[in-house]
Amino acid sequence: MSLTAAETTELLPAREVQLDRAVRVGLIGGLTAMFIVTSGMLETFDLRMIVDPILSLGYVTLMAAPFAVGYVAGKAPPVLEGYAAPSVGARNVQAGAIAGALTGAIYALYALIIHVLDFSSVFIKLTEQTKKIVTLDMGAGGVLILALVMAVSGAVGGAVHLLERRWKRAVLYSAFWVVMFGLLEVLVSQIAFVRRISAVKELLYGTDAGLTLIGAVIIGGLVFAAYYYLDGRVRAATRRAMALEGQQRRRFILISLGVAIVFLAVLPQILGPFLSEVLDLAGVFLLMALGLNIVVGFAGLLDLGYVAFFAVGAYTTAILTSPVSPKWSPELSFWTAIPFIILAAAAAGVMVGTPVLRLRGDYLAIVTLGFGEIARILFLSDALKPYFGGAQGMLLIPDIDIGPFTIDDSISFFYPIYAFVILFAYLSYALQDSRVGRAWMAMREDESVAEAMGVNIVAAKLWAFVIGAIFAAIGGALFAHKIGSVFPESFAILVSITVLVLIIVGGMGSVPGVTVGALALVALPELLREFAEFKFLFYGTLLIFMMLNRPEGFIPSRRRARELHLDEVEQDAWLAQAAEQDPAPAE
Amino acid sequence: MSTTDATPVLELRSVSTHYGPIQVLRDVDVAIYPGEIVCLLGGNASGKTTTLKTILGYVKPSSGSVHLEGQRISGLPTTEVVERGISMVPENRRLFKRMTVRENLEIGAYLRSDRDAVEDDYERVFELFPRVKERLHQRAGTLSGGEQQMVAVGRALMARPSVLLMDEPSMGLAPVLVQQNFDIIQQINQAGTTVFVVEQNANMALSIADRGYVLQTGRIVLSDHSDALLSNPEMQRAYLGQID
Repeated sequence: MSLTAAETTELLPAREVQLDRAVRVGLIGGLTAMFIVTSGMLETFDLRMIVDPILSLGYVTLMAAPFAVGYVAGKAPPVLEGYAAPSVGARNVQAGAIAGALTGAIYALYALIIHVLDFSSVFIKLTEQTKKIVTLDMGAGGVLILALVMAVSGAVGGAVHLLERRWKRAVLYSAFWVVMFGLLEVLVSQIAFVRRISAVKELLYGTDAGLTLIGAVIIGGLVFAAYYYLDGRVRAATRRAMALEGQQRRRFILISLGVAIVFLAVLPQILGPFLSEVLDLAGVFLLMALGLNIVVGFAGLLDLGYVAFFAVGAYTTAILTSPVSPKWSPELSFWTAIPFIILAAAAAGVMVGTPVLRLRGDYLAIVTLGFGEIARILFLSDALKPYFGGAQGMLLIPDIDIGPFTIDDSISFFYPIYAFVILFAYLSYALQDSRVGRAWMAMREDESVAEAMGVNIVAAKLWAFVIGAIFAAIGGALFAHKIGSVFPESFAILVSITVLVLIIVGGMGSVPGVTVGALALVALPELLREFAEFKFLFYGTLLIFMMLNRPEGFIPSRRRARELHLDEVEQDAWLAQAAEQDPAPAE
Repeated sequence: MSTTDATPVLELRSVSTHYGPIQVLRDVDVAIYPGEIVCLLGGNASGKTTTLKTILGYVKPSSGSVHLEGQRISGLPTTEVVERGISMVPENRRLFKRMTVRENLEIGAYLRSDRDAVEDDYERVFELFPRVKERLHQRAGTLSGGEQQMVAVGRALMARPSVLLMDEPSMGLAPVLVQQNFDIIQQINQAGTTVFVVEQNANMALSIADRGYVLQTGRIVLSDHSDALLSNPEMQRAYLGQID
């Protein structure tokens, strides 16, 4: 911020780093460290090396806590109008160090207590192994060392704020990516190219999972250089691209589309079967997420039983295509089954949508939650076993044929799944700008006024349910063909919740946000299967964090961001209004 | 203005409305003629809002009927009532605050397919309220109270209604804004829109209306020209706050 001399004199003193905040977050950091130890995360994570042999994921996690609190503590408070911008300096580091030291102190106290006393009958994860890890296998001295490292980690977290933006980003991201690469050895080593040239893998990873020291330096260096170089340039290039007009713009769009298509076409071939499998699963969730995004993100109808539609799609295709479906087996192909899947989904959408037309908000959520469970229980029930196979499910769902090609493995399934993803993403955009999209938008804001403006609420709600149901059903059908069978237990409530988490974290109402959310939150846990027991803990933590800090999601729709940050602007409007009108209150 | 020979734009013929077993409106007769401003006065729980809801088709009258330009509209769903030419400025404006002013106006014209005429109506609204045009791409929630009122009226006008309903335009507003609101009503009326105002503030409403009806516990107890109502002693005692 540049200020003229005259302006500067009028400014109030800067609101500097708050030390009481450092104490507060330091306590939080200490509790987090205790939790990491007690929950068994430390022990499980310690088995996995990030940088061999010096750093395990366990210690990364443990040290991330003081670093994070140090970062928060060292942050300057936001600059308010009328206040001078705070200066950066020793205070930032000091605040970070205080927070980190507090975290370390609490950790040390806890570590010593569990070292001396035995709580393992209550906290079963406090095993001998965990105790070794918390003390570096060196008794009280090891605890002290770790506590000191934590204080330093906090100070480093605070010191990050001293860096210029460009450096700061480059440093933080290179640390992040070193950890990611250390974690995702599977990802790198499964890529066909790397498999062929084993020297690359050996250089980066040696023989184990986890980077070698040299690998860590290479990755860190490359990422640092990339961020340092790209800072600002990407945005500038995007702006230039957006500014293109007419012929040039069309050509730009065509070229980018071409590049994207070629990229998607070769992607599964490069990634190999294991990673394609992961992407396929993410794609199925993405289809559901795009559908739920219409119901929740566009129309504002909170549906917690969304998995029911996924199940309807899977079961419809199972009945129609499998030769051994219990009651009736027309043995259609996937493609001829599609119209029936769509019809079944639409019927299910109307069936769920009609009774809940008059419900809003919480009530709607609870009723749809019930519907989701009813669907699963119906498919599971003995009464309907002659139709749906009960707990045994249905088997032998055939592969998909496209002309001369048979879609039968994870690499080839990538194509139909992502073809539908692209189609549905396009439809989402088209719907958003359509008449019914406008109706949804108005309905989400104020249902009764929208109705008074002539919006047909019944139709708008049913359309949202029906379209959402169709998206999910196609996802379910592809899923069924992919695994070749359907079982009622695949359609548990957790699927609905997961999809909801995807769109909330990604950015509700935003197609790119939902895409990133699905890829990150479905693919990542698949790659980190060994930590599967902590998956929902991770989801929960992420959800809380997002709700508190960035409720509009990672990549928000512009509109949603507006909505969630409206309060501040409305405040301004209210002030303007107050100035405009009489000070006397109404009536 | 003639109130006898022309067909009424909007007519309630002995409308009774029930919420379950409770009768809210009792044989309400109201007729509004082209070009008029008519007000419906009444205190809390007199049935004013129910009258509007009945006209718009949110609730169905248990007996009697509502007619728009001679055609029966009671029993039709709200969407169709709006399509036939009734639009409303709701109490407290109730703009779609997070949508832009432009999007608010678009929703106002939601049911119309005559694109060219819609474009003309944008111009008409901008002519009435130049401020609205200035704020077109701003979010409605960021506008001042007066501007929001203009957008609310503009949104209702975008439906090109035969009759515009206004629910409590003075509700919860500072006196300056109330005055501004009633100026707006007069302005759009002079531009050719028939207006039906439902209002508690009898003084204010009668100062701009041609005629008024007084609703008491669901029954029309008085109806007359505004001047006559203003000087009616009963009226003065009950609604105009004058103690003699």
